[in-house]
Amino acid sequence: MLDINDLRAKVGGKEILRGINLHVGAGEVHAIMGPNGSGKSTLAHVLSGRENYEVTGGSVTYLGKDLLAMSPEMRAREGVFLAFQYPVEIPGVSTTYFLKAALNAVRKHRGLEELDAMEFLTLIKDKMKLVEMDQALTNRALNEGFSGGEKKRNEILQMAVLDPALALLDETDSGLDIDALRIVAGGVNALRREDRAMVLITHYQRLLDYIVPDFIHVLYDGRIVKSGTKELALELESKGYDWLKSVVAQVH
Amino acid sequence: MITTESTERYLAAYKQASSGAAKDNPAWLNELREAGITSFEALGFPTLKNEDWKYTNLEPIAAQSFARANGEAKRVSASEIVARSMIDPAELRLVFVNGIYAEEFSQTATLEPGVVVKSLGDFIKADEATASSTLGRYASGQRQPFVALNSAFLEDGAVVSIGAGCRADRPIYLLFVSMAANQPIVSHPRTLILLGAGSEAKIVESYLGLDGGGYFCNAVTEIAGGPDSVIEHYRLQQENDSGFHVSALAANLERGCHLTAHAVSLGGALVRNNVRVTLSGEGAGCVLNGLYLADGKQHVDNFTEIEHVKPRATSLELYKGILGGSAHGVFNGRIVVHKDAQKTDARQTNKNLLLSANAVVNTKPQLEIYADDVKCSHGSSIGQMDGDALFYLRSRGIGMEDARSLLSFAFASDVVGRMKIDCLRQRLDDYLVARFGRR
Repeated sequence: MLDINDLRAKVGGKEILRGINLHVGAGEVHAIMGPNGSGKSTLAHVLSGRENYEVTGGSVTYLGKDLLAMSPEMRAREGVFLAFQYPVEIPGVSTTYFLKAALNAVRKHRGLEELDAMEFLTLIKDKMKLVEMDQALTNRALNEGFSGGEKKRNEILQMAVLDPALALLDETDSGLDIDALRIVAGGVNALRREDRAMVLITHYQRLLDYIVPDFIHVLYDGRIVKSGTKELALELESKGYDWLKSVVAQVH
Repeated sequence: MITTESTERYLAAYKQASSGAAKDNPAWLNELREAGITSFEALGFPTLKNEDWKYTNLEPIAAQSFARANGEAKRVSASEIVARSMIDPAELRLVFVNGIYAEEFSQTATLEPGVVVKSLGDFIKADEATASSTLGRYASGQRQPFVALNSAFLEDGAVVSIGAGCRADRPIYLLFVSMAANQPIVSHPRTLILLGAGSEAKIVESYLGLDGGGYFCNAVTEIAGGPDSVIEHYRLQQENDSGFHVSALAANLERGCHLTAHAVSLGGALVRNNVRVTLSGEGAGCVLNGLYLADGKQHVDNFTEIEHVKPRATSLELYKGILGGSAHGVFNGRIVVHKDAQKTDARQTNKNLLLSANAVVNTKPQLEIYADDVKCSHGSSIGQMDGDALFYLRSRGIGMEDARSLLSFAFASDVVGRMKIDCLRQRLDDYLVARFGRR
């Protein structure tokens, strides 16, 4: 589903991604772990098409298409979803209106009929149950005054509504207490599907207690330095990120 | 260059007007006019050297010769006027064409006891004592040349008077239509709003330009808010592309009086809105809620002044502007807290969204505080559309243009959403949807 080959990217003239290789198949859940500054969020931003990130080499193929050639909105319509680490507050735009506009843009692209107001309300009521979200929240301006947990639940709600083939979750666990983490993880788990791939980006192993990945990759200094199954997370947890320095030293 | 010639043109017009029909006017009215022209002669047209006008070049107005409106150009129907404005066709309205009351376009309604809505001419006939003691008392031409000019050529306008303890339940619409025929026209409409103690009213002033011809509308509104009265005032400016619009709103609020003044500026080639609220009584309050949209070569200047005179008065001001093309927006927010005005709570915000590289905004807060126990805050921002917000919307599949539209709409609807008259809010929402192309 997703093939990343020797991806290199710069931010503000500095090379942050220094040759990433990653293959994600349909139905798989991959976790990318790494210390601060390793390039985790840069990878998420490059994949979602954010400006100010300059791709200097390599390729990203998504469902056989050149992902890097697509605009952010086209990536979304083609089924790529990024759950933001810091969801943006947008005063004056109601969450419901936003969700409907997004869903209909995506449906239109996929050759589906746009939903009318009634059909849409039925749909989001159903999806809100996934993340135990109160309907009052969707009548408010998008993320405005939402708590950290509400913002992250709103991200997962959007993912449920937009029905992506590939979901990138950027530090979805950051800033959540245990209850909120449990709810958010529950929503994500409910959305795991054979034809949907997920990439979790996280600093901590904690999230992986709730969302168990098929594969774990360790990102360090712009490269994936180690890959393995879920046991790798435990090894990282016990040995700490400093352990990576010796791993990297062995590689070179 | 603004020259004395421009001023002299008005002096000559005044001389001509005062030698004619004005002779039949009551002496107090002629005195008001005389005081107006004297002030205007002394002040002249402000130039960019005048600190209060430094961003607004009045040359286009000063250089042009305008004919006095004669009220004859009534080539439209009432339904057309109403449809092109945003007023509720079902409600009471007084309509003025080029500053002169047009009864045939107006609509009466049964009014509650103590509520008077009349053209200025009719009001003077009915209650000359009140008219003579209030007109010109709140808007002073001594410092403001355009108020002076309005007084000098004062001819017609609207009066809303609510007796003590009385309440007008329905909105009162005052619609000022400008339409130039063969030559540029000038009008000086005057509105007088008198609120007795404990009274309540909602008043909508709508300024609408028809046809493509150039004109100059120089409007003045005086509000006298009696103790504990509550007034919601709406000012909607939809002049045409070549229309010049200068307005002054002067409000005096007595003890416990509360004024909410919404101001929406959409049209006009050159627009200057002066708002001056004097919180003269203890515990008085005002909310100023403004929106200005400009595009092309439009110039829109909002000059607001709030005077806190007595203790415990509050003022909350929010003005937002969206500027595209090579439009120029100006905001000046002056707040003066006098020595006696302890426990003042004054908050001011001005936010500007620039949609193009050539649009310009000048924003200037001016706080003068002479009391020591007050809460005052101000903030202003000028910015392009928020890149993070745009990316967030696009990352969910919403296209670039739709995302920009949605964010512009959201920026403006924040102000419109504060309006309490459903019909007006809906019409403005529809307007914003059409203007920003949101689907």
